Amino acid sequence: MNTKNLFMPKVDFTDYKTTGFYDEMFSASNAVRPTYEQFKKRLEKLNQNKLKYLQHATDRAQLSLGMTFNVYSDNQGVERILHLDIIPRIISGADWDRLAKGLEQRIVALNLFINDIYGEQKALKDNIIPRELVLSSAGYLKECIGLRPPENVWSHISGTDLIRGDDGDFYVLEDNLRCPSGVSYMLENREILKRTFPEVFEKLHVRPVHDYTHHLRDMLESLTQESPASIAVLTPGTYNSAYFEHAYLAQQMGAELVEGRDLVVKNDLVYMNTTKGLQRVHIIYRRVDDEFMDPLIFNKDSLLGTPGIFEAYRKGNVVLVNAPGAGVADDKAIYAYIPRLIKYYLGEEVLLPNIQTYICGEKDDYAYVLENIDKLVIKQTDGSGGYGMLIGPKSTKKECEEFVAKIKNNPRNYIAQPMINLSRVPTLTDDTIEGRHVDLRPYCLYGKEIKIVPGALTRVALTRGSLVVNSSQGGGSKDTWVLD
Amino acid sequence: MYWMNRYIERAENYARFMDVNFNLSLESPPDAEEQWKPLVVITGDWPLYQSIHTNVSRNKVINFLGFDLKNPNSIYSCITQARENARSIRPEITKEVWEQINAIYFFVKNGCEKKRWKSKDPRGFFKKIKEDCQMLYGIFDSTITRSDGWHFAKLGQLIERADKTSRVIDVKYYILLTSHQQVGGPLDLMQWAALLKSVSAYDMYRKKYGKLTAQNISEFLILDKQFPRSILCCLIHAEKSLKEITGSTSGFSCEAEKQLGKLKSELEYIEINDVIEIGLHEYLDEFQRRLNAVSVSLYDSFFGIQAQVQIQQ
Repeated sequence: MNTKNLFMPKVDFTDYKTTGFYDEMFSASNAVRPTYEQFKKRLEKLNQNKLKYLQHATDRAQLSLGMTFNVYSDNQGVERILHLDIIPRIISGADWDRLAKGLEQRIVALNLFINDIYGEQKALKDNIIPRELVLSSAGYLKECIGLRPPENVWSHISGTDLIRGDDGDFYVLEDNLRCPSGVSYMLENREILKRTFPEVFEKLHVRPVHDYTHHLRDMLESLTQESPASIAVLTPGTYNSAYFEHAYLAQQMGAELVEGRDLVVKNDLVYMNTTKGLQRVHIIYRRVDDEFMDPLIFNKDSLLGTPGIFEAYRKGNVVLVNAPGAGVADDKAIYAYIPRLIKYYLGEEVLLPNIQTYICGEKDDYAYVLENIDKLVIKQTDGSGGYGMLIGPKSTKKECEEFVAKIKNNPRNYIAQPMINLSRVPTLTDDTIEGRHVDLRPYCLYGKEIKIVPGALTRVALTRGSLVVNSSQGGGSKDTWVLD
Repeated sequence: MYWMNRYIERAENYARFMDVNFNLSLESPPDAEEQWKPLVVITGDWPLYQSIHTNVSRNKVINFLGFDLKNPNSIYSCITQARENARSIRPEITKEVWEQINAIYFFVKNGCEKKRWKSKDPRGFFKKIKEDCQMLYGIFDSTITRSDGWHFAKLGQLIERADKTSRVIDVKYYILLTSHQQVGGPLDLMQWAALLKSVSAYDMYRKKYGKLTAQNISEFLILDKQFPRSILCCLIHAEKSLKEITGSTSGFSCEAEKQLGKLKSELEYIEINDVIEIGLHEYLDEFQRRLNAVSVSLYDSFFGIQAQVQIQQ
């Protein structure tokens, strides 16, 4: 044995601070939570060197798997890995089962809502939600009025962002009903962590996630009568930040990976170009936003789309997943009404609560937000990826004033929420282990039935004190272990 | 050269099985017997195992298949024999091939001395063996003249590969027989996926068929003409090499050629439904028996004569 290792201190949590936040590993009285008992024991057997070695090995594993992404603002060709921290986020089976029930309820109600908006608009007639708010949403597409996607489901693949608050309860932060990304990280992180901590993994009976891509394929196939069904994953291309995921999913479920230019529409049928001529496509899992799908209907300048594809969709000749127009329900202003919508459509109380939300488009809320901007988090209603937001308490006066001007200019475009203390999980830093804030993104599949694999992407804000977990803003990820 | 490559291919396949099975065991119900016994059963050395060990444990199986010289088919045994073969035909092979075989030998020997079967996670070790063997195939293909020797080596490798693929499919049958799991359940799915991965067939299978079904997987691994580890594909190329050696253009010129050609043609003209009607296990069992007969007649046709000549001299 290397003599240096003999003197290397072992991992030790005596100086680990939990005050002020809900910590996933330790209770308020600093006792380790039952979910983490085994794992903590394993960690404490390691010395700091070994820990660093394990972290280094995961970095290399990610690079060799090609789990790299480009950030929009960076120069093309700059590849980064989404840092994977080796300390997993562990959730008890009981917590998970409760959470999954809540997600199911929510996704059913949201799909009923979307279907209603493009159909009878009962919720608008009954004044459950303001008509202007819905019809002015950037995700609302009038072209979709009267359409009926298979199973009346609009968002087949969703990834809702949850957080655990100070009280230890889970809250919904936002819904992602259009093209939620990150599921490939859930799957690959698991493969890597299984190699990092095989012994603990075996002992804990972590629920498996590996069958996600099988369920995904089954769900997609269930949306068409055609057999064999020809499935394609539509990507904006290799420069897209989530290209790795598009390629990964296509390959894992045995689908073709295509770009808009690989597809052609003839007589309202969609085909892909192959070396053996045109081949019919029945189902497209598209990772291209609505507005870039079809230059004939939406953004005229889009080079990513396929002319005529929307008409083929309208005629029922191709299934688009998720359905165009689904984004109306993940508008951040509409979010505030979701508990009411759940009650309205299902007659149930909401199982997974929202965070209190102020809608700048409404008079009283508007006044409150402008007065308290330095205490609130402001978000753009159609924003995503952590862009276009302001964290009042952590911003300068000038930044706050800029946002006040933006809100005044277009109140409909903004909402505000109180600062939430996201829960923390111990995370490796350069020389020690410290608590870092995390959120949780589980993935729902919704075809004939709802399937939620017991796992999620846990995103972690790597900078000390930071609450922004988005990968585009310096966030990393953790593997999420759901126990039996 | 025939035996050298056969042994290397066998060692590589064992390394694959172990890597995949270890990974699978992490997410399976914790029953060592259920997880590790099938691995010994597919190699056909279960009776030998029973004569050495009284129970099944992960470490014992890894030791038996990986390191035990009492098992003539363990990785260590195979590599040792391949190296001995290489020594005896040293002038026929290149320096690069010899060095690579030697490197693999010392790597495995060292692992044996360090008792790698006891390590918590031996996957890295087996992965390295697999990669080193594949590196050897690459060096072999890019440095050796396409002489009879090269074709003999190919023949050995392909016959071994066809045999191992048939055994991998058969193990699934064995698992289904001995456990109470549900067909089509999550565990069933996971095992089929693991089976494909153990012969590096997962990605190509998904590309061709998409969904995992028992019938399609069997079809892919037995009857696909293009996938390099499917049984038929192995036989097609084995026959090509054999014809290069014998020089015959149609029909056959020796017993081995006759049997191999017949076996290959039968696979070419059978559909998976027919195989399932016969019974997958029964079919594979018969296939293994006949493939064995091919290798016996190869020995008789080529090496047997040589051996006789040597004795006479």
